[in-house]
Amino acid sequence: MSGPVRDLTVDSVTGIDVSLPVAGPGARAYAFLLDWHIRLIVALAWFVVGALLYNGRPSLAPPLSNDARWFGTVVAPALAIYFLYHCVLELAMRGSTPGKRMAGVRLVARDGGSPSAGALLTRNVFRLVDSLPLCYGVGLISVVLTRDHLRIGDMAAGTLLVFERAEARLPGSAAAAAPGAGHLDAAGAEIVAELLERWSTLNPEARQRLARQVLERYGGGEPAASGGDPDAAWRAELERLASSR
Amino acid sequence: MDGTARQRALSASLLQRAGLWREADARTRRLSSGRSDDAADATHLADDYRLLAHDLARARTLLPDSRTREYLEAAYARAHATLHRGAWHIGSELLTLFRDEIPAVVRSLRPYIIWSTTIFALAALAGYALVHRYPELIALFASPDLIATVERGKLWTEGLLNIVPSSVLSVQILSRNISVSLFAYCAGFLFGLGTLYILGLNGLMLGAVFAFVSRHGLGGPLASFIVAHGCVELSVLCLSGAAGAAVGEALVRPTHAGRIESFRIAALRSGKLLIACVALLVGCGLIEGYVSPNPGVALWARLGVGVGYWLFMLALLSGRLFGRRAAHPR
Repeated sequence: MSGPVRDLTVDSVTGIDVSLPVAGPGARAYAFLLDWHIRLIVALAWFVVGALLYNGRPSLAPPLSNDARWFGTVVAPALAIYFLYHCVLELAMRGSTPGKRMAGVRLVARDGGSPSAGALLTRNVFRLVDSLPLCYGVGLISVVLTRDHLRIGDMAAGTLLVFERAEARLPGSAAAAAPGAGHLDAAGAEIVAELLERWSTLNPEARQRLARQVLERYGGGEPAASGGDPDAAWRAELERLASSR
Repeated sequence: MDGTARQRALSASLLQRAGLWREADARTRRLSSGRSDDAADATHLADDYRLLAHDLARARTLLPDSRTREYLEAAYARAHATLHRGAWHIGSELLTLFRDEIPAVVRSLRPYIIWSTTIFALAALAGYALVHRYPELIALFASPDLIATVERGKLWTEGLLNIVPSSVLSVQILSRNISVSLFAYCAGFLFGLGTLYILGLNGLMLGAVFAFVSRHGLGGPLASFIVAHGCVELSVLCLSGAAGAAVGEALVRPTHAGRIESFRIAALRSGKLLIACVALLVGCGLIEGYVSPNPGVALWARLGVGVGYWLFMLALLSGRLFGRRAAHPR
């Protein structure tokens, strides 16, 4: 059964393993729904624009007789966009799609690298099985029941969906995050650096409360009541704590 | 220096290297997104990878629950993926696929191809015998419209081009055939039973329909309709079935560490054949849309197209179409 987020650990030549957090059913479903909306909207947009141009008037009605031009320029491209979306984009974007990118996940091979073209094609062929009986029933059951949250296509292709961690950022600056010789340890230095970095985005009450908590915890002093701007004083005290070494 | 002070000093020295990590990550992102053709970036990547590995190991010890560690994990994973990403030259990969890999897959699947062809042929014979002996059983295999048309002494293929243009017909046919072919392969996932079912059912239907139209004196015209596209179409169904059977056998009798591993290896290896199958079915669809329903094409021309396309298929599957030479013993 699915449990907490687990990491795929990949051996590396450096001796330091690569750790990739495996995406679960929720992240998968989110990415799929995003992609589904994108391909549906693009396919519909093609159909509508194509039909309007074909008819030369505001009508989406198909011609009364089977017409190759209608089929070739309006219907077939829209169907191709809808059905080949995953296959083509995963190949072109090396295991990603716009939906996966927005959901912060990507496909990797078992060695942590990008999947090969063959693996991506195989994964997409097995959608035929995963989508049975309807609404990806088989795929969903398989994702919930397997340890690495794999659908049948992933098992066949040797691929996994992992979190991208593209948003992982360092604290504001190295100097700001570096612990000093005072009371501040590395974790505290990070908290102070992050608070300083986000200072302008927080409302004054919240940032002063946070500054007080941090200063209490790491032994900094309260700013002296000098009658000036209290907000600036709290910030200055935090900066002093961060730079104490 | 006590332990805490030592740890603080180590953390401080580690965090002083943040600028190097940022540069390394920026280079990796440029290379992974293909925005950099700079050779200097590429040569730096191995050094960056080592740098990130070294500092990540320290961060895992010194700053286990920090944003710094999270950042290094992400940057290291990105560098790993970029460094281990093979070069992708679509032209040469396709050439290798069609010249070397697909012929190798066909050779390794030879027993499965023989078996799937035998099963299909036996099912077709069984379907023929059943409907020949009990004509009412055709209702199990064919639609009421088709039965009514044949009973009126006509084939459902007559006048097809008056109803649907060739291009539309081709696309409809090739997409349906490709789905059946891919499904025959995927259904191997059900321990080979799904593939067996698809091969058997298609064989039964073919035999049954032939028996039914033959009873109404239309066997010749139907064979004439089928001959141009059918040789390759039916062969491709057997090839897809063989690929599916290999996948099924990998699950029934795993040859590697586990069933899933065996399944993965078999699916990836035999799946290459499906690329050739899809390409061949596109040709079949075009023939079935433009040549087969066209009453103006003589039987000898249809035979020529059918046999020629089948020989083309053999050349494709043996790799000779792309310059592969047969191996001769010395």
